Amino acid sequence: MNLLFVPIVLIGVLLIIALILIIVEKALGGGGEKVLQINNDKIIPVMGDETVLNTLSQHKIFIPSACGGKATCGFCKFKLIEGGGEIKPTELPFLNAKEREEGIRLSCQVKVKDNMKIEIPKELLNAKEYKTKVSHIEDLTYDIKMVRFELIEPKEMIFKPGQYAQLKVPGIDVIRAYSIASHPKYNNQIELIIRQVPNGKATTYVHKALEIGDKVILTGPYGDFYLQEDSSRDMICIAGGSGKAPIRSILYYLRDQGMNRKVKYFFGAKSKRDLYYTEEFMELSKEFPNFEYIPALSEPQPSDDWKGEVGLITDVVDRRVADLTESEAYLCGSPGMINACIKVLNKHKIKQENVFFDNFS
Amino acid sequence: MSNLFELILASILNHNIALVYILGMCPLIAISTNVKNAKGMGLAVIIVVTLTAIINWPIYQLLLATGTEKLALLVFIITIAAVVQLLEIFMEKFVPSMYNAFGIFLPLITVNCVVLAVSLFFVNREYTFGETAAFGFGSSVGWALAIILLAGIREKMAKISDLPKGLQGKAIVFIILGILALAFIGFTGLASI
Repeated sequence: MNLLFVPIVLIGVLLIIALILIIVEKALGGGGEKVLQINNDKIIPVMGDETVLNTLSQHKIFIPSACGGKATCGFCKFKLIEGGGEIKPTELPFLNAKEREEGIRLSCQVKVKDNMKIEIPKELLNAKEYKTKVSHIEDLTYDIKMVRFELIEPKEMIFKPGQYAQLKVPGIDVIRAYSIASHPKYNNQIELIIRQVPNGKATTYVHKALEIGDKVILTGPYGDFYLQEDSSRDMICIAGGSGKAPIRSILYYLRDQGMNRKVKYFFGAKSKRDLYYTEEFMELSKEFPNFEYIPALSEPQPSDDWKGEVGLITDVVDRRVADLTESEAYLCGSPGMINACIKVLNKHKIKQENVFFDNFS
Repeated sequence: MSNLFELILASILNHNIALVYILGMCPLIAISTNVKNAKGMGLAVIIVVTLTAIINWPIYQLLLATGTEKLALLVFIITIAAVVQLLEIFMEKFVPSMYNAFGIFLPLITVNCVVLAVSLFFVNREYTFGETAAFGFGSSVGWALAIILLAGIREKMAKISDLPKGLQGKAIVFIILGILALAFIGFTGLASI
């Protein structure tokens, strides 16, 4: 074999093929400029044949994506209104019949080949990706931890009290959402309250592996559950489990406003070992007569020496509230708890439009 | 001319690349659950195999002339990948309906060993350009015939056969393939390659 020709032939073949591909692609594909219109409002001009996911992230719109465009996680869904072509076989496993009908697609698989109109949830337009460092971990109960993340890049997250952030577990393609528990005023750090879910991938990571100093990616803020800041109605807050997080953020905000609204905060737990931040909230209720903290245990142990409310949180709420026509309600917890609470609140004539809830499903 | 016709016939029937040479088994088993998909895959293979055989022949002559024919395997794989890529671009532009119908099958052909085998066979058998084109076309048609036959049988069996649990799915496919291969031995001596 003539050794001189080996590199010439190999490199030659590769170069020629690369050239042909580039020329063909230029001649046929991505020449013209296309327009991507988001939510009938924002217009993005697009050159070339990029995917919707990449195009949006180039314009600082972060659609959640755990796998980074391999069509294995199914998080990067958006609604396609016009253009974009048919559903691809790679998308099918992630879309149910209803979603297919509505035009829901995976943004990592749809390329911007023609003028497109798309719809993405409004909250995503404000969300960013943050590099963070864990600066504090605290055990709140036997199965709930509070983790504080210091934001490194970008340095500030502007969020409304009650919204959530998403935590990306490094190494495995898992993204989980957790409500932000910290004060919205301190926007260079955020705190998440995370309960260990048996066999949960993200929560096990947080509880068993996460250490102070670890670098973690967070995205946010997301969610349409947040405090109605310009309202002055009385408030009923009901939480269970790790649902204390968003309410804590809301209360911090209200404390700074001088607690100018009447707030009743119900927290449901099984026994005393599931309670946390009790003193913090008791202090707050001493400071502000407008604020009342009502923890309730459903199964108090004899050793708990419990003198507070006993029973299911729905029964306690039923006993302790009067007419709610002029009140707002903020609920966070499991779907079952929320549905039960809404029934009780309806009994006290709350207006539907004043009930806000965050499903921890 | 009659020589070329004989070559095509032989590569479809008694030298069937799937059932006699046992090549391209992976997509043959994976994409033969229904006739519609099998037809699509078969058509895609016919296009790609014929095209790459025609393109690889002159490239191999160039390698021979420069004394670098040992690079053949490497260069063939590169051209196959490029041809599939080009085909994808062209189809997406001009026949988007067919592009969408092919979906994932088209890029999958890059790793279908029938494509590479045809290119390596024409080297071993020292075919002329005409023979290479005929052999490429015939072999791919033979492969398409095999996958459509198999898919037809599988489709029918899914409706009427009550298979024991251990034979369901891929297991019975191997048995069907074996019987099909036996049947194709019946063509032995029909035409020479």
